[in-house]
Amino acid sequence: MKTTEELHQILSEEFGEDIIELKAEEVVAPWIVVKGDQIQKITKFLRDEPGLRFDSLMCLSGVHYPKENTLGVVYHLFSTTEKHKLTLKVIMPEDDAHLPTVEQVWKTADWHEREAFDMFGIRFDGHPDHRRILCPDDWEGYPLRKDYQVQEFYCGMKVKY
Amino acid sequence: MTNVKEKGPEVTFTEPVESGNGMKTQEMVINMGPQHPSTHGVLRMELTLDGEIVTRAVPHIGYLHRCFEKHSEAMNDYTKVIPYVDRMDYVAAMNNELGYAIAMERLMGIEVNERVEYVRVIMAELQRIASHLLAVGTFGLDIGAFTPFLYCFIEREKILDIFEKASGARLLYNYIWIGGLMNDVPADFKTDTAAFVKSFRPKIKELNDLLSNNKIFVDRTANIGVLPAQVAVNYGVSGPSLRGSGFKWDLRKDDPYSIYDRFEFDVIVGNGEMGTLGDCWDRYIVRVWEMEESLKIIEQALDQMPEEGDVQESIPKKIRPPAGEIYCRTETPRGELGYYIISDKSTTPYRVKVRAPSFVNLSVLPAISVGAMVADMVAIIGSIDIVLGEVDR
Amino acid sequence: MQQFLESFLPAGPLVVFVFSIIPLMIILVYALFAIWLERKVAGHIQDRLGPMVTGGWHGWSQTIADLLKMIQKEDIVPAKADRFLFKMAPFIAFAASYAAFVAIPFSSGYIGSMIDIGVFYIVAITSLLSVSIIMAGWASNNKWSLLGAMRTAAQTVSYEVPTVVTILSVIIVTGTLNLMEVTEMQTGNAFLGFLPNWLIFHSPFMVIAFVLFFIASLAESHRVPFDLPESESELVGGYQTEYSGMRWGLFMLTEYADMLLLSLVGATLFFGGWNSPFGSFMDGPVWGAFWMLLKGMLLVFVMMWLRWTLPRLRVDQLMNLCWKYLIPLSFVNLVLIALWELIF
Repeated sequence: MKTTEELHQILSEEFGEDIIELKAEEVVAPWIVVKGDQIQKITKFLRDEPGLRFDSLMCLSGVHYPKENTLGVVYHLFSTTEKHKLTLKVIMPEDDAHLPTVEQVWKTADWHEREAFDMFGIRFDGHPDHRRILCPDDWEGYPLRKDYQVQEFYCGMKVKY
Repeated sequence: MTNVKEKGPEVTFTEPVESGNGMKTQEMVINMGPQHPSTHGVLRMELTLDGEIVTRAVPHIGYLHRCFEKHSEAMNDYTKVIPYVDRMDYVAAMNNELGYAIAMERLMGIEVNERVEYVRVIMAELQRIASHLLAVGTFGLDIGAFTPFLYCFIEREKILDIFEKASGARLLYNYIWIGGLMNDVPADFKTDTAAFVKSFRPKIKELNDLLSNNKIFVDRTANIGVLPAQVAVNYGVSGPSLRGSGFKWDLRKDDPYSIYDRFEFDVIVGNGEMGTLGDCWDRYIVRVWEMEESLKIIEQALDQMPEEGDVQESIPKKIRPPAGEIYCRTETPRGELGYYIISDKSTTPYRVKVRAPSFVNLSVLPAISVGAMVADMVAIIGSIDIVLGEVDR
Repeated sequence: MQQFLESFLPAGPLVVFVFSIIPLMIILVYALFAIWLERKVAGHIQDRLGPMVTGGWHGWSQTIADLLKMIQKEDIVPAKADRFLFKMAPFIAFAASYAAFVAIPFSSGYIGSMIDIGVFYIVAITSLLSVSIIMAGWASNNKWSLLGAMRTAAQTVSYEVPTVVTILSVIIVTGTLNLMEVTEMQTGNAFLGFLPNWLIFHSPFMVIAFVLFFIASLAESHRVPFDLPESESELVGGYQTEYSGMRWGLFMLTEYADMLLLSLVGATLFFGGWNSPFGSFMDGPVWGAFWMLLKGMLLVFVMMWLRWTLPRLRVDQLMNLCWKYLIPLSFVNLVLIALWELIF
């Protein structure tokens, strides 16, 4: 059982301070912000390192921050053996939102990443089945972005009623 | 914003193979659903069949997609999200409400009084029984046994009657509110529930006699769709489907919320009694025995429930949570239901992300269905007990 | 019967027509009743009432209302279906089971045709049913229908073996294939003075033969737990998927007619056919028809009872059951019955 602060300590020793940043003040639950291109290495380490053993990805969500023109991906990790939780965040620019997939680390990420792509247009490099999951394959736009405008026609049908 | 249209993986047809007598054989691609009687709604499976053996299964979802998350962001009040939450897992609406209410209360730091907690637990456990009854009944229906389904529905009906008396609705209740309940339970709630508990116990045995130990049923479900515990955890499978693989994991015990730490009950796990550990029969029987455990919780809760208490005393006048975010998970009949709520200090939710248990459980389907027959596909889909309203949200 | 008809009708084609239409009337009236009964049985097994409204008394005219609805429905043929085969299939199916009724002795005074190879003829003509189902499945141009049809082909061909072998073991005892003669042999009270002279009481192995025959006939008529060709939870509707209206109704009618046919064959071979269970009490041509249909309906009722109790087998288990258990058992039973005949 480790707190986020302790986990942050371990991670920064392993990967260096510059790619990892702790956010613990003025929040309900603390989280760690990491650089997107390192996410595969970090998650593999978190999963396999004895004492950490984050064997389950509870949730993977996309978030849109239109004020900063960024998109975020939030990973909620949990260890069924050590029983500790960790929240990881990756922030990336809105016009070039892509990061490596963690599908090889946790299979849970497979469909969650497809959902994040479907809803936010975040691209996950290396995903084996990278396509929309909930919306039709030829849907336009990413519905959960805050500035989303629904398309007028879909396959000749009026969308807005 | 560039819009990338992604195509699905190309369906590869195998080359026709000469079978020796001048005829050629080829694999067949067949669409199971979205209009199929036993895909539990509008799931579509793209099956590649070699005769009747499935060589590849690709689930296609989204036929029931309403973009619940966008709906929530359009509400000008956090309480208005609750009816939408009901409509996700529409056969276990109480559990969905409970999860949302707990997430919001943790975010806002609200404590609710004892009576509210007990009523919530009783409601959630009754709903769990109702949902498992539906799951078990429809599973029997998928295997071809029609009668247990209706026996289950008779019992489910009694639970819905209790809910109707309390909330006025039979399926989508909007009963558990942030900080309290819609209204107090009716005066005869305790006697009704106690009577149901008493009458329901023998029915579990009846169900076991009729269905669980039926030779044909066991033959159809044992050793089918084996899901090893390690794979299940890696795929994020939760709830009875995970416990069927012998993994002792129940959020009510392992990450307690509400007042679940006060009750004595067992976490039922599958033990490969009829075949391999983690087969369809194990997942099924976990649900059957979990109903018994829920009865235990209800009985204890009925005993301990305080008579007095205003169920609305801690409902905030205006819900304006502090800026922040929370991930809160509860155990629904289908598994781990997580709410990831971000608040920007306004009355409108900034983001409500739902980690739907059915969505995650369904993603394991392609991994466990290769090599099964068409009839087994039906059993596997039934045994992981999905609700498409929750998969597609 | 023929003489009776000729006494008030001019001899010739009309008599033959009336004579041959009798089984059809029996099938139609029986089907109306049996479908209603099936619903009632299902209802009561499942703790509900079944149809209660249509027609007043216990929804007795529910099937008639359904029939009227079916007649009004549009006769849909899928665009890419093989139209000729698609439209023919239900008729061939029904014709096959109707034609089989000709060799059934309904009473001591009525049998469609006194052919000497009665049982053989029934076995032969009912295998046409599987041809029609394969036709329906193939012509529908639907993969589910095709799967259902393939299952039917495998199932019917396999289960014909135990059916025929158990029938053969009865024929060893009777020494005739003519069902009328088989029935006449079972008249009177012979065993222990009070048991009717039915073949089922002839030797203990006959009981085994009956059980095997009944299981095999369940499979032959595609009833639960062997209803794989149309298993609605797996194959949507199997070979019936694309059918609607009266063509679908004909398949339904065939299924029920088949149930009755196999039950009547079972009643004739094992339960004395039109013989009264009370010796000469309540005996005669009219009572004979009553007893025959009653015995048939009782077996049909058992089929319904099983349907609403059991789940469905998987296709490989179905084949296992047939080739690994029923066929060896029926051959052993055949030898044992033959030995019994030699010794006693």
